[in-house]
Amino acid sequence: MLRKIRIVLAAICFLCITLLFMDVTGALHPIFGWLARLQFLPALLAMNVGIVALLIVLTLLFGRVYCSVICPMGVFQDIISWFRGKLKKKNRYRFSYSPARNWVRYAFLAAFIIALIAGIHVFVAILAPYSAYGRIAGTLFALVYQAFNNLFAFVAEHYESYSFYSRDIWFKGLSTVIVSVVTLIVFFIFAWKKGRMYCNTVCPVGTLLGLVSRFSVFVPVIDTDKCRNCGLCSRRCKSSCINMKEHTIDYSRCVACMDCIDACSEGAISYRFRYGRSKSRESSTEPQNQGRRMFIASTVMATAAATVKAQEMKVDGGLAKIQKKEIPQRRAPLKPAGSMSIRNFEQHCTACQLCVSACPNGVLRPSVSLLTLMQPEMSFERGFCRPECTTCSDICPAGAIVAVSKEEKSSIQIGHAEVTYDNCLAYSDGVKCGNCARHCPTGAISMVYKNPEDKNSARIPVVNEEHCIGCGACEYLCPSRPFSAITVHGHEVHKTI
Amino acid sequence: MNSKDNTAKVIGRRDFLKSAGLSALTLGLAAGCSGAATTSSAVTSGTEGGMTYRTNPGNGDKVSILGYGCMRWPMTRNQDGKDVVDQDAVNRLVDYAIEHGVNYFDTAPVYLQGQSEKATAVALARHPRESYFIATKLSNFSNWTRENSMLMYRKSFENLQTDYIDYYLLHSIGGGGIKHFNERYVDNGMLDFLMEERKKGKIRNLGFSFHGNKECFDYMMGLHETVHWDFVQIQLNYVDWRHATGNNTDAEYLYSELHKRGIPSVIMEPLLGGRLSKVPDHVAETLKTRNPGESVASWAFRFAGTYPDVLCVLSGMTYMEHLQDNLKTYSPLRLLDEQELEFLEETAQLMMKYPTIPCNDCKYCMPCPYGIDIPAILLHYNKCVNEGNVVRAASDENYRKSRKAFLVGYDRAVEKLRQADHCIGCNTCVSHCPQNIKIPMELQRINAYVEHLKQDNLE
Repeated sequence: MLRKIRIVLAAICFLCITLLFMDVTGALHPIFGWLARLQFLPALLAMNVGIVALLIVLTLLFGRVYCSVICPMGVFQDIISWFRGKLKKKNRYRFSYSPARNWVRYAFLAAFIIALIAGIHVFVAILAPYSAYGRIAGTLFALVYQAFNNLFAFVAEHYESYSFYSRDIWFKGLSTVIVSVVTLIVFFIFAWKKGRMYCNTVCPVGTLLGLVSRFSVFVPVIDTDKCRNCGLCSRRCKSSCINMKEHTIDYSRCVACMDCIDACSEGAISYRFRYGRSKSRESSTEPQNQGRRMFIASTVMATAAATVKAQEMKVDGGLAKIQKKEIPQRRAPLKPAGSMSIRNFEQHCTACQLCVSACPNGVLRPSVSLLTLMQPEMSFERGFCRPECTTCSDICPAGAIVAVSKEEKSSIQIGHAEVTYDNCLAYSDGVKCGNCARHCPTGAISMVYKNPEDKNSARIPVVNEEHCIGCGACEYLCPSRPFSAITVHGHEVHKTI
Repeated sequence: MNSKDNTAKVIGRRDFLKSAGLSALTLGLAAGCSGAATTSSAVTSGTEGGMTYRTNPGNGDKVSILGYGCMRWPMTRNQDGKDVVDQDAVNRLVDYAIEHGVNYFDTAPVYLQGQSEKATAVALARHPRESYFIATKLSNFSNWTRENSMLMYRKSFENLQTDYIDYYLLHSIGGGGIKHFNERYVDNGMLDFLMEERKKGKIRNLGFSFHGNKECFDYMMGLHETVHWDFVQIQLNYVDWRHATGNNTDAEYLYSELHKRGIPSVIMEPLLGGRLSKVPDHVAETLKTRNPGESVASWAFRFAGTYPDVLCVLSGMTYMEHLQDNLKTYSPLRLLDEQELEFLEETAQLMMKYPTIPCNDCKYCMPCPYGIDIPAILLHYNKCVNEGNVVRAASDENYRKSRKAFLVGYDRAVEKLRQADHCIGCNTCVSHCPQNIKIPMELQRINAYVEHLKQDNLE
């Protein structure tokens, strides 16, 4: 019975959190967002004392149920392990007791804490169980989900329904995909062969909770009177923590999955009150190259195939090819409004990719720089940070992006734009443009005469950096390709203007 | 009275009496009109095979009232991801059209990114050359030197696999006014050359297509005495009849000027690029109430065909359903009576109240050098106007639903990077638009609306 309850709860949590990562519409974020916030490490980083205390009390009362129910990576491993058991009944009893590898797990925990303090974010991000699962769900599983979503959208479009709409499927960062794939493979092997070995030797959260769960109030206990020493419980235990010879259970490793209770045909193991009667980046290099500039009018039209060279004509229809935009070099990375400062962001972010998969504007993507690998950063090739959107700040569980309102966001300066006049069509080609100024939500850009004496000279954009909030509308909508003529540089510390 | 007997066979007795009354009326009207004509291109209600034919007063060509406009052939993607004409589909459409009496095919070197002439010819080559008329045009828009214009003219013969062209047009007169007409056709001697070609029989009928103001049209009519236009192609439909927009002239004026001189007219944009078939919902309702069994589009086609000097009415039929519906409307054509004409004038006035943008999806503005999909944006906007999904304020009753329909539909209709926010206002498109739409202004207006919807701050 207890086991069934555990499985149902775990399934619900797991499903909801997976959906949270895959949801493209943003509809689920307000409903399931709390599940992300319930995660231990993000809560710890967010200094969410309430949740950390709750989880510790929970563990102190019932053992490491967190690992069996709330942690999606734990449940994910259980699913893999269960699947192997399904293949052959014998496999369900494939485990055996092994003593705790204490020095390994404490070494990992120590290294993890040092990395946290020293700001070696990659190490933190890779080990953190929730984030590791988030990356797998957000980058790999989400592809399948989005493909289905787009299929629905396609069907909906056919029926003139607006219930589903399609989303671009794009790889946001190769390194994150690689890390996710490797993580998936490693976890698969761990779970397939050794059940919860990862949770009990590597996982820093598991080790930390293990320190607490040693003293848990409710635990599974073996009744030596009833036990016939068949060893089924021990062979069923995915944590390998039931010592048959001694009739003891290592509560620091037990994840309170209740499998052993079910496995015992004699009813010798029960989950009960324990303390009763006991029996047992840097400088900006401007894009130098003139040739990098886009050229639009002169670019090959996608369509001219049928026209004859000798005969010059403008044909009707067709779409000009649009050259892809390149990511420019920014003096400092751009972090979303609510991050407060780059430092604050880096210290709290566990690189779970929840915001990356949720960003509806294609702005957030995992960083590729080694120090902050996989932590999200912003860029504006596919869209800009829209004024009405606060999705990332609403869902971040780790306090890396704290919640801001729409109104607050409109006055938070996360960076500022600078014009690269060599790339500017208005400046160098005399084209009447002004698209950056037209779309600036704060009116920070104005068009002035290139030659102030000459009222017939071209009008070129100038940025008032005091008003610029760094949303990237100008950069995204600049017609110059592949490098925009206007680039947003991040600020170390965000401020309200 | 063949037609009467034919209809009697298929419809019930009561309907029979009604339609008999109608035919009597329409015939009366037709008779009235042709009576007034100085040289009459009298209606020959040839119902052989169903289709109505009109006779060209100049040379006696019997032209089907339904002409095939070849600027909207179905397209498909080839392996290289390029949009190419779906030749198989074109062949099927052409076969079906010819089988049902269509014999006028109107193309141009620039249509469908330059693919139309060839594709049309491939389909037509499977039928005897004398069984259809080909119309094409001198589309020397961007380079009108004599040399380039000659190349274009010769290329048309090559593309169309023919020794003679039945109907040859100076393409889109009126844009840029009289001055531009002279540049394109007079100063370079092309008009004289084409008149020579007509004498030689290479061109059987010489005319022009027109999108412009009164002054320019009067000028063209003034040339009739020297040039002798065999036909003129004009934009005529029940909205443009008296409510032409932009730089265009009311069709009533154009038609009457042609009628005075006995010049037959070929009709383009009878449907206003689909805007008279995709009408606002409640306009559609009034049309359907009046004539439940007929399509919305059929009203527009009957309107265009009702004028007796109309030689043929062009329709760019992409889909078989459109072809079949038009064949039904014109086999045979039932002329509109006075009451119906009045009703359509009322409908036109009603349509004018809807703030749609007069885009006919001709794609002359494309390709936009900045990659914007102009017609797709304008059409999406019009669609939303017609469906009542463009709202004034957030307090409107259907605001939520309309907002979703507009925004989701927008992303579906137009890729993100090709949406209106990317328009820099370079104005390249403006001079290409035969409807004289101030495209950048409209795009910026639409984008401002989109921004309001997205930010949810529509006042």
